[in-house]
Amino acid sequence: MERVARIGAFVLCLLPFAWVLYAAVSNSLGPDPAEAVMLFTGEWSLRMLALTLLVSPLRDLTGWSLLMKLRRMLGLYAFFYGGVHFLAFLQFYIGWVPSALTEELAERPYIALGFSALILMFPLAITSTRAMQRRLRSNWQRLHRLVYPAAVLACLHLLWQARSDVGEALFYVAIFIGLLVWRVRRRILKQKRSMIARL
Amino acid sequence: MRQRYVIPPIDSSEITSESIYLKRRDFMRAAGLMAMPAMGGLSLAAEAAAVTTGASPLDYRKTSSVADGFRTDEQPTPAADITAYGNFYEFGTDKGDPGRYAHEMTADPWSIEVVGAVHKPGKLHLEDILSSFDLQERVYRLRCVEAWSMVVPWVGFSLADLLARFEPNSEAKYVEFETLYRPKEMRGTRSVTGTIDWPYREGLRMDEAMHPLTLMAVGLYGKTLPNQNGAPIRLVVPWKYGFKSIKSIVRIHLSEKRPVTTWESLAPGEYGFYANVNPEVDHPRWSQATERRLPSTLFRPNRIPTKMFNGYAEQVAHLYQGMDLARNY
Repeated sequence: MERVARIGAFVLCLLPFAWVLYAAVSNSLGPDPAEAVMLFTGEWSLRMLALTLLVSPLRDLTGWSLLMKLRRMLGLYAFFYGGVHFLAFLQFYIGWVPSALTEELAERPYIALGFSALILMFPLAITSTRAMQRRLRSNWQRLHRLVYPAAVLACLHLLWQARSDVGEALFYVAIFIGLLVWRVRRRILKQKRSMIARL
Repeated sequence: MRQRYVIPPIDSSEITSESIYLKRRDFMRAAGLMAMPAMGGLSLAAEAAAVTTGASPLDYRKTSSVADGFRTDEQPTPAADITAYGNFYEFGTDKGDPGRYAHEMTADPWSIEVVGAVHKPGKLHLEDILSSFDLQERVYRLRCVEAWSMVVPWVGFSLADLLARFEPNSEAKYVEFETLYRPKEMRGTRSVTGTIDWPYREGLRMDEAMHPLTLMAVGLYGKTLPNQNGAPIRLVVPWKYGFKSIKSIVRIHLSEKRPVTTWESLAPGEYGFYANVNPEVDHPRWSQATERRLPSTLFRPNRIPTKMFNGYAEQVAHLYQGMDLARNY
């Protein structure tokens, strides 16, 4: 059952990438594939990040522990789509010229924000294995709280680019705020419970 | 003196290769007819008509003069791309939205009101516009402030000819333009998260407005304008960023005071009144040094350097002599 769920989730999460890769190579993304690929991969990275953070609330609501087994994969996909987003940026906008990249990072805050979000996700990706989890012990969880600032940076990265309609950016901001509020609430409830237990 | 009007063959094939022009998948995409069943039965002619719903051929004069900027020899962007990709926020902020939803706008009947600092204020109906001005083809570069660009074969006439009819008086220092605002037919204006104060407004200094390159376009690729490209009549100012070239104009107001334009009022630090194409003055959020000339592909992004005044410096630089273009962006 767990195996089926894992394979199913893996394939499902890979589908958007397969589609955009095929569309880009076959040149069916319209006259400006740069913009299409950037929007698509950026948005899927955000979606995966939101899904990752949705796992524990959903587990608490449904009691379905299988969900927790998928969380690592979802998080890795968020990093993967963010990475593809960055590679597309290098291909379409930077032309693989290092000085052009450093200039963009220095001069465009929204690019620096998106890049920082990706950088924050990098240590999470490489410490996502079970061995690393064991080795880092309680520090692992502390380290992986970096996912919250990464989500905030990613939202700001999107919000900063809105020109006249902030609807889409606000949609994701609302989702992440909801997920964070749920966590804060859970924490407060836990503290209350332990206080009561101590009494 | 009606000999100016030649009846031309519709020589779109002179500009775009036939194969691209007739690529039916692109046409379907352009017309937003993807979901339409039974497309297989349509003839090529019907598909060509579908790209510019209701478009009819125009009588116009070809231009040959490269020297005065009226035409460029660069490869024009295929009609399917020009009609499928663009910004017309009245229909939504996605580049595909105008192509998908602009057909909801009624472009006929239409009239333009010309008021303000003129001796003869009045209204001009579309029929008069099409029959009384000397229509010309102009192949212009179009550079969007978002750093993509196209080459577009417009059909139209100089704005100067239109303004002359209303006899601007000595107080006419600026020209303000207004786009149609009809929420029922423009779903983008109904967005609750949008921040634009409709109707869309643009403006030019009088000397810019009277410049021969400044075009009132009524056609594209030899036919009347598709709705998504600003039907039935729009402004085209080729040396300025695309947002200056206001679409679907219903009102022209001449005045002594500089008008506040839509983008200027929304983000004055990012969009100035002049908005001249300038590779040396970056948009605060992105570089303007280069542009993606569309169509571009994954393996051939087609990035080219952006030229001062979009390559029209020879024709227009004198208008801005002595001005600090980094401050008057």
